[in-house]
Amino acid sequence: MKLNDLERAMLGGELGAAVKAAIEHQVKVGEFFGAADFVPVTQAHIMADTESLGQAGVAWLESIADDQGRVRVPTITDPRGTDFAKTAVLRHPAWIVELERRAVQAFTRLGVMMTDTCINYQTIQAPARGESVAFGDTGVVIYANSVCGARSNYEGGPSAVAAGLTGRTPRYGFHLDAQRKATLRIRVDWTPQMLNEWGALGGLIGRLAGNYWAVPLVEGLAAAPGSDALKHFGAAMASFGSTALYHLAGITPEAADAGGSRSPLSHRVGETDVKALTSAYAGEEEIDVVVFSAPQLSLYELRQLAVLCDGRRFAKPLLAVTSPQVKPDADRFGLTARIEAAGGHVLSGMCFYQSYAREIAEANGWKRLATNSVKLVNILGGYGYVPLLASMERCVEAAQSGKLPAKDQ
Amino acid sequence: MAHDGFSARYDLDRIHGTFSRPAHKLAGQSYVGKVLVLDTAKGGVATAWMLHEMASRGVVPLALVLNSVNPILVQGAAFGDVTLLAGFDGDITARVPHGATVEIDPARRTLRVL
Repeated sequence: MKLNDLERAMLGGELGAAVKAAIEHQVKVGEFFGAADFVPVTQAHIMADTESLGQAGVAWLESIADDQGRVRVPTITDPRGTDFAKTAVLRHPAWIVELERRAVQAFTRLGVMMTDTCINYQTIQAPARGESVAFGDTGVVIYANSVCGARSNYEGGPSAVAAGLTGRTPRYGFHLDAQRKATLRIRVDWTPQMLNEWGALGGLIGRLAGNYWAVPLVEGLAAAPGSDALKHFGAAMASFGSTALYHLAGITPEAADAGGSRSPLSHRVGETDVKALTSAYAGEEEIDVVVFSAPQLSLYELRQLAVLCDGRRFAKPLLAVTSPQVKPDADRFGLTARIEAAGGHVLSGMCFYQSYAREIAEANGWKRLATNSVKLVNILGGYGYVPLLASMERCVEAAQSGKLPAKDQ
Repeated sequence: MAHDGFSARYDLDRIHGTFSRPAHKLAGQSYVGKVLVLDTAKGGVATAWMLHEMASRGVVPLALVLNSVNPILVQGAAFGDVTLLAGFDGDITARVPHGATVEIDPARRTLRVL
């Protein structure tokens, strides 16, 4: 890789051991992908729940903090592994809480802002078109690339930390114009309405795309989806396909320049195809818990949930997970109180699958989990759950009756 | 070996060292000390931390061999010091029988079935 004077100084250790380790890691990754040089980034976003980090990862964070590491660009965090105010609800043991506290302390010493959110594009600062960033959550990356027209690869935790410390990232993948062109063209004959349907369509397209380097151009949507719909659509696509960028014809900013409109049609997708994907997670089943998470809920989703909770009393636990930026507004506007009056819990700063989902299941006896998140059902099978996918309305019904109703109300 | 994807979070019980995702073709099998020959990287970003964490406990694959990778797997292999080989002339999952003994030379980027 071609390095400038500052980057050579970093590599030579002139800016400290932490920065040296960071840029060594970045050069290793950059050379694997044939990066010609580095691209400066304006912000970094780190996925670093302690279930992923483990003791070894937390110790590594502490070591680079001990080495006087300090981020050079605004650097924020993805959800934590617990909500410190709700550990009793989750039955997180003391060792989990303590490990989380150590991670928070290490990040704080590094100058990282503990935003603890996977919806920073809705709550902190959405990147602008052409802005190069180093984001570390697949849902965040796909939204930033596709909806905002910003530029990011998937930056796993160590690489996002490195980008924060060096203020740059190797120039490969979706930082390059050529990589952002459409590689497959998909015609959609059906436009979803509910968020779980948007997620299912996204998951199906992700499955068709198949790998990180594929860029779908999607045509045929009857109307432009809103931010929450695109949030679920992209998060599910990234989850099923490891997809990092899509274009929606006539909607997303780079679609007109994506170059796929004259390509042969790769796939045609209709409601039947989407139903086929969701059938794997369908059922009129007894449930143990209802979870709204992955991604964290926006204020508008919480508002919708609060309306559905009014006048109900839940027989099963209902968890609604949001960001620390949204939660105070949900409190101020009475949404939290309405959800919790029905017996639900509004949690903040975590995400269900990043919060020791296996330990939560064992501690609470939860196995059959209902959610409207396609990303969540795709993940939780590996954690031993039987995940069931339904609309928010049906999930709330299930929390009250203990069983998923047959049809949407 | 399986013509299936790989994600440490989605697919593995990292405590017991087995594939835990019911739909995965290697479900129930141990990955510890094995060379995993798979199709492509799937899922989210957690693998970048998890390979390092798994290596710290010795509950880690010996090497990862895939047709294609995403940045997360490369970042995770670099951070966790796990051998990774990717990008072959053909479908590597069709060329390596399940259970075979293989020899990998990361420097030469070669894999040989013994």
